[in-house]
Amino acid sequence: MNTRFAIRKGFVALLLLCGILGLQAQEDLLSLLGEEETTDYASASFKTNRVINLHSLENTHSGVLDFKINHRFGMLNQGVYDLFGLDNATIRLGLDYGITKDLQIGVGRSTYQKMIDGYAKYRILHQSSGKRNMPITLTAVAGMYINTLKWSDPDRENYFSSRLSYSFQALIGRKFNDWITVQLTPTLIHRNLVATTAEANDVYGLGIGVRQRITRRVTLNAEYMYLLPDQVRDGIMNSFSIGADIETGGHVFQLHLTNSTGMAEPTAFTETTGDWLDGGIHFGFNISRVFTIVKPKI
Amino acid sequence: MKKLLILLLLAASTLTSIQAQKYFTRDGMISFSASSPLEKIDATNKGATAVIDAASGAVEFAVLIKGFIFEKALMQEHFNENYMESGKYPKATFKGKIADASSIKWTKNGTYPVDVKGIMTIHGVSKEVKGKATIQVNGGRIIASSNFELPLADYDISIPSVVADKISKTAKVSIEVALAELKR
Repeated sequence: MNTRFAIRKGFVALLLLCGILGLQAQEDLLSLLGEEETTDYASASFKTNRVINLHSLENTHSGVLDFKINHRFGMLNQGVYDLFGLDNATIRLGLDYGITKDLQIGVGRSTYQKMIDGYAKYRILHQSSGKRNMPITLTAVAGMYINTLKWSDPDRENYFSSRLSYSFQALIGRKFNDWITVQLTPTLIHRNLVATTAEANDVYGLGIGVRQRITRRVTLNAEYMYLLPDQVRDGIMNSFSIGADIETGGHVFQLHLTNSTGMAEPTAFTETTGDWLDGGIHFGFNISRVFTIVKPKI
Repeated sequence: MKKLLILLLLAASTLTSIQAQKYFTRDGMISFSASSPLEKIDATNKGATAVIDAASGAVEFAVLIKGFIFEKALMQEHFNENYMESGKYPKATFKGKIADASSIKWTKNGTYPVDVKGIMTIHGVSKEVKGKATIQVNGGRIIASSNFELPLADYDISIPSVVADKISKTAKVSIEVALAELKR
């Protein structure tokens, strides 16, 4: 009798236990699968692949072609005769293409010095959290530039190599949150030919770019390129630009004020003559329009 | 006495086996369309996780917002950045119940239309929803599918007036998951 009673009790207990287990399982079924940790890569640290003149931490997405129209009016201090610079224009037309998610190439043609440029940009480290944790993004950019102006002195012996210059940059930065991104950009610009021996062929600089998002579709951007002393001729200023990015679906409009006339690295950063304190400021804009060339596999 | 023991064991084994009848997947497909005549806005996610408890009819889904793949990379970026805020709300989930789960024979091939009710959480907003789904049993595998519409405004997904004509106000969602028995 007693054993039977005990078994019955056990049976009831077992039933209860099963019931409890069943209930628990219903509480959170997905936890049965265990948490699968994923890596969350930082994206949209900038609205586009340029801060203003500076390359930004962002790469053009894989399989995407980005058509750039960069435009600088003249300088504000040209006065009313040139309608504060609006009568003049300097343009760079460019194409950027994402070969892979980390490798991007591009070409451009500027009216300034009739310069043709080409570059490759490779993301070595990509900021991420989760399974793979990486606090920063590190990208390397190398560019080559050809000045195609007619020779200033056609009678002397001119070499093609004199037209060339190069740039090497590291973009080190972090998207701190949805609102703030900061990047540092150590820069080396090599000019094959400089006008005087007082100027260095190799110019070292340290750039900084920041963006502050103000609404979902608008950010404020600023960039500054500090050149180490005694490398460039007198009258060359450090490049400083400030502006806003406005994103509207497929386009990004960048409106800005900058003292740089050129839009390729050697012209933007080592040949800036505008003085902010003297009104040597260009109003300008960059328009970015993307086209999907290779559709991603789903 | 012995009979009782055997009965008990049998009862216990059936109970546990019922409890073990759960089906799961980690690579379920969820796609949606918020297309308008002006713009094609389609995305697919092939990494949805889902668990169905056959005994109780309890159903759970979870999907990473960043896992939705669009044809246009920039659209995908904007989807995450501007609309879904996936940094803040990385997952969408559904927790619910199949209304008439007992009518489904989970071990026999067949197709069962069912009603599902539960809580959908998207963009940090939870809403009670109900809809129709189909459970198809096919050689030990369970294929669950459903099509429904979600009004974006229900989940505080705001569309700026500039692009209002380009985005549909409701997303047509389609789900198809093939689940396998969960063994422990």
